[in-house]
Amino acid sequence: MSEEVLQQATPGLIPGSGAARAAKPTRLSPSFISWLQAGPMMLVFLAFFLIPLVFVVIVSFWDYNEYQLLPAFSGRGYTDTFEGCLAQLPELCTIGKTYLKTLKLCFLVWAITLFIGFWVAYFLAFHVKSKTWQMGLSLLCTIPFWTSNVIRMIAWIPLLGRNGLVNSGLTKAGLINHPIEWLLFSEFSVVLALVHLFTFFMVVPIFNSMVRIDKSLIEAAYDAGASGFQTLVNVIIPLAKPGIVIGSIFVITIVMGDFITIGVMGGQQIAAAGKIIETRVNALQLPAAAANAVILLAITFLIITMMSRIVDIKKEL
Amino acid sequence: MSETTRTTGVSRRTLLKGTAGLAGLAAGSGAITGFPNVKSADAKVLRYLGTAVNEGDDISRQCLKDTGIKIEYITATTDDVTKRVMTQPNSFDVLDTEYFSLKKIVPSGNILPLDAKKIKQFDNITPVFTKGETPGGKKIGGQGTAPWKVLYLEGKDSKKFATSATEFVTLIPTVYNADTLGIRPDLIKRPINSWSELLNPEFKGKASILNIPSIGIMDAAMVVEASGKYKYADKGNMTKEEIDLTMKVMTEAKKAGQFRAFWKDFNESVNLMASGETVIQSMWSPAVTKVRSMGVPCTFQPLKEGYRSWASGFCVSKGVSGAKLEWAYEFVNWFLSGYAGAYLNRQGYYSAVLSTAKAHMEPYEWAYWMEGKPAEKDIKAPDGSLLEKAGAVRDGGSYEDRMGAVACWNAVMDENDYMVRKWNEFIAA
Repeated sequence: MSEEVLQQATPGLIPGSGAARAAKPTRLSPSFISWLQAGPMMLVFLAFFLIPLVFVVIVSFWDYNEYQLLPAFSGRGYTDTFEGCLAQLPELCTIGKTYLKTLKLCFLVWAITLFIGFWVAYFLAFHVKSKTWQMGLSLLCTIPFWTSNVIRMIAWIPLLGRNGLVNSGLTKAGLINHPIEWLLFSEFSVVLALVHLFTFFMVVPIFNSMVRIDKSLIEAAYDAGASGFQTLVNVIIPLAKPGIVIGSIFVITIVMGDFITIGVMGGQQIAAAGKIIETRVNALQLPAAAANAVILLAITFLIITMMSRIVDIKKEL
Repeated sequence: MSETTRTTGVSRRTLLKGTAGLAGLAAGSGAITGFPNVKSADAKVLRYLGTAVNEGDDISRQCLKDTGIKIEYITATTDDVTKRVMTQPNSFDVLDTEYFSLKKIVPSGNILPLDAKKIKQFDNITPVFTKGETPGGKKIGGQGTAPWKVLYLEGKDSKKFATSATEFVTLIPTVYNADTLGIRPDLIKRPINSWSELLNPEFKGKASILNIPSIGIMDAAMVVEASGKYKYADKGNMTKEEIDLTMKVMTEAKKAGQFRAFWKDFNESVNLMASGETVIQSMWSPAVTKVRSMGVPCTFQPLKEGYRSWASGFCVSKGVSGAKLEWAYEFVNWFLSGYAGAYLNRQGYYSAVLSTAKAHMEPYEWAYWMEGKPAEKDIKAPDGSLLEKAGAVRDGGSYEDRMGAVACWNAVMDENDYMVRKWNEFIAA
């Protein structure tokens, strides 16, 4: 994706540098400049992502005891993780249950953020005319990130808690007799908090796709007699697809690995793929944690691959 | 009590301290002139890795004043402290950690024991640590990783715990306490006297435990034993069958909706209790005090089955030698000399050397915190804020009563790996 951007960018660069070095025979080739531009990011990626990832994979096949890693090949991290998965059939084993729960939360959050994010982006792109207002309003979406997790958690208690605003409001209105317990420390509150946090990641890419839609296409649809709904389904949604997919990738990867928000909002009683890793790391069982990280990575990767099958992001950009 | 006690507050403090340290460094390096007393060449600096319990600005300031040793705190949760000892043993000088993590730390060979002969107050350390009994002679429960089981090593470089006293001390004791359930007497409205109440369906959706597997399962074991379902040989070292049994009881309770939330952070426990989300949960003494200081009734309820206790102490990194080792001894000796002990006692913890701490406390403070007597005057925290009004009595009473009723100690089990897997299963259930 970056290559195309770079190729577009380089023609502008080359004439400038070309004019200054016109006499010199050793003119830098455009592809070399592209590499030079992408190089720093690649190095950072290599040093801080790929190499550590390789270590994680290696360590996941090591053995361990209470206080150290034993660098000898062992599948223990994996076999322990899938412990009982065959024996307990048809009941799900720990890892099965955990992933089922994680995927369920992931799906709910994805669907809701997509729905809300799409309409917020739609509003920003087509109803807000001024660029300044568009910027200002999208910045508003970042407000949930201004506080720390602990603060956020503490802030939800007065709102959703047993004696919180919502419950006391409903009681006073005579709608309920007993406080609703599932408002807090439940799947509901987890999904609520995640949606509250991550809708922003949907809004930005979808908005980005939408503002680039040629307005004359919409006019053409209108002139051709398409209804508003037909324009939405046949023109806007197909053209906003790359944004939708990118936003979805953001949200899905974050929620799949999340254990802090799920922990805090779920009262630490809801299983999450990330939480298994955390518990293992805290108990210094690093190979087992690494094995779980590899499994999580594989599953997330699978989901992303499936999504990019639906839309070829490279082509769309 | 493995914790993140007041981590947020402390990291801010640490930050301030870091800034102060930088300023000091700048002053010491001569970048700022006009401070003739600062000698950068012999600045005595110790990097102090530990949880927030023993760390306080007042302590490090007083230490600098008395000994000239500058303490640089590195604050982490108990789990992270252990992780750091394993993976970066050269990143700290003095280690302040809990006795139960010794089972992991000592075999790694990353720490050095301290020499008992160089600790001036060693013979005055409370017999809780050395003999497993209170100064009044009450025998203390020894289940789990009781400090006296892991206090001594066989030799300087030994990785084996000695069964009798040697001069090589794994951790020089600093602070400890007896933990129990905190309750909201105003919402429960009846006496609570047993751990079994934690799983009483009466408190469905209003109970909580600690979300640290090794400690949470001990609380669960107290409940199982209290309800008469099973008697453990050692709650701190269960067999696989015992772990299965304990987790089964917990899983049933979880599925029935007994627990509101599990907590891990000091402030979380305070909030759950203060907001009424929970009315009964395992808790720490200063957290109960904090709930009370918010004007919400909360009791650190003594229970007939006894307390679950924890203790921490000092050792040094294996990389520490020469002058630095001497400073470490100087610092540990200073820590036991009274100021720090009094500071800890005033928070509701207990200090390792009682006599020196007593000398640094007002008689009425000592009577309230240690003797279980009604407060003659208002009881104030080390920062001067009001903790209890005159006339209040400490929950659980005196030191003798509380420490004498300890049933078990925080522990790492031999079957720790299995236990952690079962804990994940419990969360997923």
